[in-house]
Amino acid sequence: MTYTFGLDTFGDRNSDADGKPLSHAQTIRNVVEEGVFAERAGADFFGIGEHHTDYFPMPAGDVVLAAIAARTERIRLGSAVTVLSSDDPVRVFQRYSTLNAISGGRAEVILGRGSSIESFPLFGYDLADYEELFEEKATLFAELLKGGPVTWDGKTRAPLLNQDVVPHTELGPFPAWIGVGGNPQSVIRAARLGFSLALAIIGGPPARFAPYSELFQRALENFGRPPLPVLVHSPGHVAATDEEAKAEFWPRWRDIITQIAPERGFAIPTEQSFDRETGPHGALYVGSPETVARKIATNLRALGASRFDLKYGMPGLTHDQLMTNIELYGHQVIPRARELLGGPSPDLR
Amino acid sequence: MTKPSRLAVLGAGHVGPVIARLAIKAGYPVAIATSGDPDDIALITELVIPGAQPRWAADAVAGADTVVLAMPLHRFADVSPGLLAGKLVVDAMNYWPASDGVLSAFEHGGSSEIVARRLTGSTVVKALNHIGYHELEDRARPAGAPDRRAAGVAGGDPGAATAIAGLVDQIGYDPVLLDSLRAGRVLQPGGPVFGAVLSLPEFERAVREDARSLT
Repeated sequence: MTYTFGLDTFGDRNSDADGKPLSHAQTIRNVVEEGVFAERAGADFFGIGEHHTDYFPMPAGDVVLAAIAARTERIRLGSAVTVLSSDDPVRVFQRYSTLNAISGGRAEVILGRGSSIESFPLFGYDLADYEELFEEKATLFAELLKGGPVTWDGKTRAPLLNQDVVPHTELGPFPAWIGVGGNPQSVIRAARLGFSLALAIIGGPPARFAPYSELFQRALENFGRPPLPVLVHSPGHVAATDEEAKAEFWPRWRDIITQIAPERGFAIPTEQSFDRETGPHGALYVGSPETVARKIATNLRALGASRFDLKYGMPGLTHDQLMTNIELYGHQVIPRARELLGGPSPDLR
Repeated sequence: MTKPSRLAVLGAGHVGPVIARLAIKAGYPVAIATSGDPDDIALITELVIPGAQPRWAADAVAGADTVVLAMPLHRFADVSPGLLAGKLVVDAMNYWPASDGVLSAFEHGGSSEIVARRLTGSTVVKALNHIGYHELEDRARPAGAPDRRAAGVAGGDPGAATAIAGLVDQIGYDPVLLDSLRAGRVLQPGGPVFGAVLSLPEFERAVREDARSLT
């Protein structure tokens, strides 16, 4: 199996060295630098997750990805995730098809809701309609990806009759994934519509998702589709040593999860729960390059997945800390994880 | 009431499969159903909930004495109260507007009290709603384990509540009985134990301190 390794960000608002939050604008410019640096460091993918908050000021990740595309040659660029339910699938296709044009065929999308819901009231959608919105819009998006005129009718947007949607892609559909957080029926949907599967694992033992990977491949078979890849997206932070990584990440993690816990149903983090999540059976990849590489290799194997995307950063970390994380991830974690997995080296891919 | 022997879990999303797996592990026969065709969840059942039987909802309920409601709350309106008549019903759902949107029928009062008012022919117990689905399995421990956690069981029918306390105990948590669905409001989103995974003393203290703050 060929393994690939990505980095994701939500545009986590940076702080300066004194802990003072930087502006949204400066944080966004820093994300552009981080994306460009991710390619130099050796990452295969750079993803931006849609958010609409003061601590994740990142509603237009495709614009940021376009800036990165103009300064890079090789790295793949995509959403992680696009909140499709509160967007227009035609516009999402057009934006990422445009990114695909700018980048010479390097665009991807991961469609999903994430665990964030702030875009629903912002754009006038009812959260109770989530299921119907996502089902319809994902179905339309799958049609749009095929290229050629689209005919579509549903409840969630205006109908399309033999509509040519531009810009056309040059080399067929770009890679598209559906992000799943633990609902097996979402796994079946991804297989039914022909999307690849992105497992978002942000808490608890990652190995419990292993049956989902098998469920996905078996469902693809049942729908008469060829096998498709599975990726794992999880949060983490890499520093020179385990102690340093934990010391940098813990207060930022505690503060942000404590803040969003009431609306997401997360438990308030404690040092004990943080130790469990950063340990070998937890969902956080926080530690030295060796610790993180081992955990990635173990879980990719256990989950039958071929790509790992580290969601790096956390509101309140500094741009320098994030650049160090990216450098260590690219220069040390990726080669070490590849070595542990016995996959082909980058030159042979 | 004797201990529940056959379970029907309604809902195969985030929560239903987790409760079903825990119950199977504890030795209960479990049927699982959605609002649709059991064929649609046959593969999910085989791989994700091995040991459970996929059924039409009516068949799953007919063959069970205890029914676990594990669907999103806004789908509860689609469930016919007649279907659940005579059953012991475990309400594992939550009214959680920040995450799932506003439902006007649930804006005032405890969500399980509103569920119970609609299910006039059933005995409703609120349980298994307040520990996150991503933690419920991971944190389950056998009786007597030093790191065992507590889980609330609320209901006005003592026999029904005791039966569900037995289920909660067998799947891996120290049950804490609350003597009415009204008292079970402490288990809801925004309450002192929602989303938290607490030991028995911590749980009892959190509930006590919350009760004090209300007076």
